[in-house]
Amino acid sequence: MVAVHSGFGRLVSPTLGRHLLLALGAAVALLLLSTQIGAYDDYNLTAVAIFAVAAAGLNLLTGLNGQLSLGHGALMAIGAYTASLLLKDHHQLPVIIVLLISVLSSGVIGIVFGYAAARLRGPYLAGATLTLAVALPQVATRYKSVFGGESGLSVPPSVPPDWLGADFPPERWLAWIALAAAVVTMVLLANLLRGAPGRAFKAVRDNEAAAALAGIDVARTQVLAFVISAACAGLAGALLAYWAGITAPAGFTLALSLQLVTAIVIGGLGSLAGAVWGALVLVFVPLLTSGMASTLNLPSSIANNLPLAIYGGILVIAMLVAPHGIQGALRRLLAIGRARWGHTPGGGQKGVVDWDDPAPDT
Amino acid sequence: MKRIRGIAIVCLGGLLAACGTSGSSDSGTNTASAPGITATTITIGSTQPLTGRAAPGYSEISAASSAYFQNLNAHGGIFGRTITYTYYDDGYNPTNTASLTRKLILEDKVFALFSALGTPTHLAVVDYINSQKVPDLFVSSGCNCWNDVANHPYTFGWQPDYTIEGKVLGQYINQNLSGKKVGYFFQNDEFGLDGVKGLDAQLGASSVPDASRQNYVPTNTNVGPQIAALQASGAKVVVAFSIPAFTALALLAAAKIGYHPTWVVSNVGSDVTTLTGLLKAFSQGKAGGQLLGGMVTDTYLPLPGDSSNPWISLFKGIHDKHIASLPWDGNVLYGMAQAYTLAQVIKAAGRNPTRASFVKALETTKLSGGPGLAPFGFSSSNHLGFLGVQVVLIAADGSETTTGPVYTSSDSGPISQYSGSASTPPANGIP
Repeated sequence: MVAVHSGFGRLVSPTLGRHLLLALGAAVALLLLSTQIGAYDDYNLTAVAIFAVAAAGLNLLTGLNGQLSLGHGALMAIGAYTASLLLKDHHQLPVIIVLLISVLSSGVIGIVFGYAAARLRGPYLAGATLTLAVALPQVATRYKSVFGGESGLSVPPSVPPDWLGADFPPERWLAWIALAAAVVTMVLLANLLRGAPGRAFKAVRDNEAAAALAGIDVARTQVLAFVISAACAGLAGALLAYWAGITAPAGFTLALSLQLVTAIVIGGLGSLAGAVWGALVLVFVPLLTSGMASTLNLPSSIANNLPLAIYGGILVIAMLVAPHGIQGALRRLLAIGRARWGHTPGGGQKGVVDWDDPAPDT
Repeated sequence: MKRIRGIAIVCLGGLLAACGTSGSSDSGTNTASAPGITATTITIGSTQPLTGRAAPGYSEISAASSAYFQNLNAHGGIFGRTITYTYYDDGYNPTNTASLTRKLILEDKVFALFSALGTPTHLAVVDYINSQKVPDLFVSSGCNCWNDVANHPYTFGWQPDYTIEGKVLGQYINQNLSGKKVGYFFQNDEFGLDGVKGLDAQLGASSVPDASRQNYVPTNTNVGPQIAALQASGAKVVVAFSIPAFTALALLAAAKIGYHPTWVVSNVGSDVTTLTGLLKAFSQGKAGGQLLGGMVTDTYLPLPGDSSNPWISLFKGIHDKHIASLPWDGNVLYGMAQAYTLAQVIKAAGRNPTRASFVKALETTKLSGGPGLAPFGFSSSNHLGFLGVQVVLIAADGSETTTGPVYTSSDSGPISQYSGSASTPPANGIP
C-alpha cells in the first residue's frame, strides 16, 4: 500500500488531486509520444488504449469484485454495434456523442446481465457469461438487415478537425481520442476504487457473508461492478469500431473474451496498471511473431501455426516467472528493493511482501 | 557496400532520366520508382487465413504463390527485380485484417496488396487500401463487390465472380438435370448471395421455394437442420456455395440422414483433395472421398489431375521442389496461377512503375497466354478477373473431367461460348 500525503491537502481531496496530477502527466507524455512516432505506431498505440479500457473494466469485475466474466467480448460487441449503427445513419455524428451513447447502451445491458450475474457464483457465472460470448455474435447474423450479417457494418473513419492541418495522419487523431478515453476511464476508476465502492467491491470478493454483516448490500455491489465493467467494455468496443473500420461478428468471438481475461491475468489481477500491461502484451506480442509464416523457410503447416504457438509459450513462461502478473512482479521487485534498503511503507513487516491485497494503483 | 551501389544505381537512373533520351520505361536502369520498389526488389503483401475455420485448403494458397515467386527469383526475377512476398495470418477475422493491412501498408511499405483472401475480411479494408492509393490486386474472393471502379479504382478481382459461376452452373442444371427439384445451400454473405443471384437468373427465382433455400454462417458448424430441411423440401439437386469445411459438413450431415441428392458445388468449395481430407477428419475416418462421387462443379484453370497439361506439369514441378510437404491440389494451383498473373502484370507495367501506372497497365494490357481457361475482363471500366468457367464432373474415384465448352458471361449479360485456344507456358514459367 502506497500512501502519499501531499501538502496541498484539504482543498482538493488528496486522492483525487493525486489522480488528476498523474493523469495530466500521463496525458502530456502520451500526447508527446504520439507525435514522435509513425502512423502505424499510433495505430498500435490506439489498440493498446482500447484494450486497456476493456481490461481495466474486466479487472474491476474479476480482480476486485471476484466475478469472472468470459463474456466481455460480447459486451464490447454491444458498444461496437451501437457505434456502427449510429454512424450508419449519421456519418457526421461527433465522436464524443457516439462514445457516450455506446457506454450507455452497454451499461444498460450490463444492468440486465448484472442482475443475473449477482445470483450466480463461480463456474455458473463463467458459464452464463460464456453463453453471452457465444450467442451474441449469432444475433448479428440472424438479423442481417440490421446488423449486416457476417460482413458486418462498415464504420466511417473519424476525420481529424481542420485546425490540425490537411496532412495530419488520421491514425494519430484516433490515437488521441482513444488515449483521452483511456485516461479519463482510468481516473474515474481509480477514484472509485479508492473510495467506498472500491472497498465494498473487495469486501464482497473476499467474503460475502462478512461483507453483508458489515452492512454492504452484496447483490447491489455486484450489479454495480458489472455495470461499470460493461460500460468500460462498451467504450472499448465503440473505439474498436473506429479502429478497425468494420464491426463484424467474427471480430467478437469467444477468443476476444478470453484474450481480455488473458490480459488481466498476465498484466496483474486487481490493478489498473495491470490492465495497461496486459493491453501492451495483447497488442505487441502477436505483432512480434506475425511475420514468421512468410519469412521463415519452414513447412507451411508448422510456419502457419508457429506465431500462435509462440504466443502461447510466452504466456506460459510469463505465468511461471510472474504468477501475479507483470504488475505483481514489479511490485515484488519494488518491495524487495525497499526491504533491502530499510523502507517499509504502510507499516508492513520488513522483507515481507503482501500479496493478498493488491491495491488498485494507477 | 550494397547500399552504396544501390544509391549509385539510383543516381545513375536519375541522370539517365534527366537526359530524356528514352521515352520508353522498358529500357534504362532500375529506380526506386514507388514505395515498395527498389532497384533490385519489389515487395508485396497479403492477409490470409493461415489458422482458423477458413484455413483448411485456403492456407495453402499463399505458400503456393510464395513458391512460384521463389522459382521466379531463382531465375532472375522480372526486370532484374526479385519479389518479396510478406503475408500475415488474419484468421478470417475482419478486425485482424484491418490491423494487419495497416501494418503492410504503413510499416512494411508494400508496393501492392496481392491475393488478400476472403469476402468479409477484405470488405473491412478495401476503402482504406483505396484511400492510400495502394494497388489491391487479385482479391482471393469471387465477390463482384471488387468490381467497383468508381469507388475502388485500385482494387481488382481475379477468380470468376460468384454470379457468373452461379449462372453457368444454373445453365448446366437446366440442360442436364431438368425436371429435378433444386435446393440451395449457401453461405449467408456476399459470397453465397452473389452465387444465388446467378442461379436464380438461370433457374427462375420462383422455381426454388424458400424451404429449399438454406443458408449457414461460418461461425456455426451445425448444418444438420439445414440439410434436413432440404431433404424435407424434396430437393433432388442441391447447389452449394460454401467454403470447403462447410461443403464437407453438409455432405456428412446428408449422408447421416440417408439423403443423397446430386451435389452441385461452387469452385471454391469443391477441391477434391481438401474435401477428402476434411471428410476423413470430421468423421474420424468413417467417411471419405466416396461421398464426392457424382458431384458437379466448375473450373477456370486446368484440372490439377491433368498431368498432360503443360501448365500443370510446370506448377507441379515448382510444388515438388519448394512445397512438397503440401498436397498437390486446386488450392496450390490457384496460388501459383494467381502469382503467374501478377508476374504478367509486373512485366506489362514496365521497368519502373508507379502505383498509378501499375494499375493503368493492368487496365490497358490484354493479359493472355496464362494458365486460365477463360479470358480476363480487366479494363478501365471493369475490374473483374476471369469471365467464365467450364463445368467439371467428379467421378466416384475422385477423378475430375471437364464437360462442355468454357462459358463466359457477365453479371447481367447473356452466357456465351468461349473458343480461345489453350496456351503453353514460357520457359522457366516466367512471363
